[in-house]
Amino acid sequence: MIRLDGVTKRFGPLPVLRGIDLALAPGRVTAVVGPNASGKSTLIKCILGLASPDAGRIVLPDGRDVREPAARGAIGYMPQAARFPENLTGHEVLAMLDALRPEVAPDDTLLERFALAAQLHKPVRTLSGGTRQKLSAVVAFRYRPSLLVLDEPSAGLDPLATSIFKAAVLAARDAGTTVLLTSHVVSELETMADDVAFLLDGTIRFAGPVAALLARTGARSLEAALAQLMRAPADAIPDAALHHHHDEPTLRVVNGERR
Amino acid sequence: MTAAVTPVRAAAGPPGAVALARTVAEHQWRDVVRSRWLIAYALVLAVATELLLRLGGSGPSALLSLLNVVLLLVPLVALVLGTASLHGAREFTELLLVQPIPRRALFTGLWLGHAVPLAVATLLAIALPFAVERAIDADTAPALALFLVVAVLLVAAFTALAFLVATAVVDRARGLGAAILLWLVLGLVYDGVVLAVATAFRDWPLEKPMLVLMVLNPIDLARTLLLLRLDVAALMGYTGAVFRMAFGTAAGMSVAIAALVAWVALPWWLAARAFDRRDF
Repeated sequence: MIRLDGVTKRFGPLPVLRGIDLALAPGRVTAVVGPNASGKSTLIKCILGLASPDAGRIVLPDGRDVREPAARGAIGYMPQAARFPENLTGHEVLAMLDALRPEVAPDDTLLERFALAAQLHKPVRTLSGGTRQKLSAVVAFRYRPSLLVLDEPSAGLDPLATSIFKAAVLAARDAGTTVLLTSHVVSELETMADDVAFLLDGTIRFAGPVAALLARTGARSLEAALAQLMRAPADAIPDAALHHHHDEPTLRVVNGERR
Repeated sequence: MTAAVTPVRAAAGPPGAVALARTVAEHQWRDVVRSRWLIAYALVLAVATELLLRLGGSGPSALLSLLNVVLLLVPLVALVLGTASLHGAREFTELLLVQPIPRRALFTGLWLGHAVPLAVATLLAIALPFAVERAIDADTAPALALFLVVAVLLVAAFTALAFLVATAVVDRARGLGAAILLWLVLGLVYDGVVLAVATAFRDWPLEKPMLVLMVLNPIDLARTLLLLRLDVAALMGYTGAVFRMAFGTAAGMSVAIAALVAWVALPWWLAARAFDRRDF
């Protein structure tokens, strides 16, 4: 489980995250959604240890703070735009990352499913955007992460690669991995997300299973529910969902029922 | 293929910071060595050295001419390549930052990955023409050796300065602008300012301020150091002359080398600290 306790972050005078309490359950895909400038990318940067919160803590599955270098061994990260050193081959990129954690035997499953081996001897600069994105997915899954952070993952993947990728995500989830997903593609959220964390103006306005979101908003699809949240976020959610307890995260996703 | 989710642990534990930095440096090095900019830089410098050797005759006089080329070219290339490539690799640097590697080890690896290939290219581009032209005699050898040491120190210092600029100035275009501005100031404008100050205050005792001004510019330091060795006071300029009067040749060279080393260490430390604290 990933736990965020009272995470705040401001850039200069501007508060971006205003006390985020959130728990991401293992074995579930949590979609972090929110309009532009809601603080979503800052939240993800904090979870990855790329940015330091001004206050609060982010605790990884093994109980360590994400800012401890060794703790980040638990993370598999697939960024929105994958870029690798242009003059290195795919093999060299993977060899470099392998050497950073020699204690983990790399998992080649996704590499084989994507049939990427033939492309790996070419310099990265000659690879297509989709191939780079596949390489990026391979990197994210390669070191058997207990937390997968997927930031707009399927942008640039063709339909076949997308389905292979989705299957890999769901298999990792079923094996107990905590998955954090952001996406603008609603169908992707609908097929993958178990839980939703809705972020607006730097606060979590809803966190819970997709079914609970549908029930609360009265919407029939996730797309309609999200649209409703973004249009009228304050009235869309009954008080219970927004109630803040001092000693407890706003809403726990931990015990969300499996579908 | 087994798809077990539990990490399979080999006998060895996780690598230490030095091993991690070396891994980053080695791969960075490969990337830099294959870049056409580094190759172009090495060719330009090698051709310049070769031409000066053919036109200038003896080793020491060719070194003297080469001095002005190196003092402008090396800082420019180290600053621009370092800043541009650190900014250009931002996404991959972020991916590396998410790996289990301390920031300081990553910074060290990236810095070595840039400074080492640039230093090797500089050494080869200068030393090879000297070897090919058989211009290394007893007179030339010690001067050439010091020349190469100074060139490497300049590479190290200006790569560290480039990393400081790239870490402090997040915007890509502004970072490059700041790097070029720094080069213009240290390489070209500085001497003019020093001269203006010296002229304006010529009735005052200026020795100490001049010494301070010289130590504050690594290019000035490098120039004075090499001119002391090549024993051409006429070309030394105001700060250099004051410097020699204050320290004498031998002590002056030691002081200048120590100051140049400080010019590597201080920007490196500032850049590493900024890298440690920065939000990406």
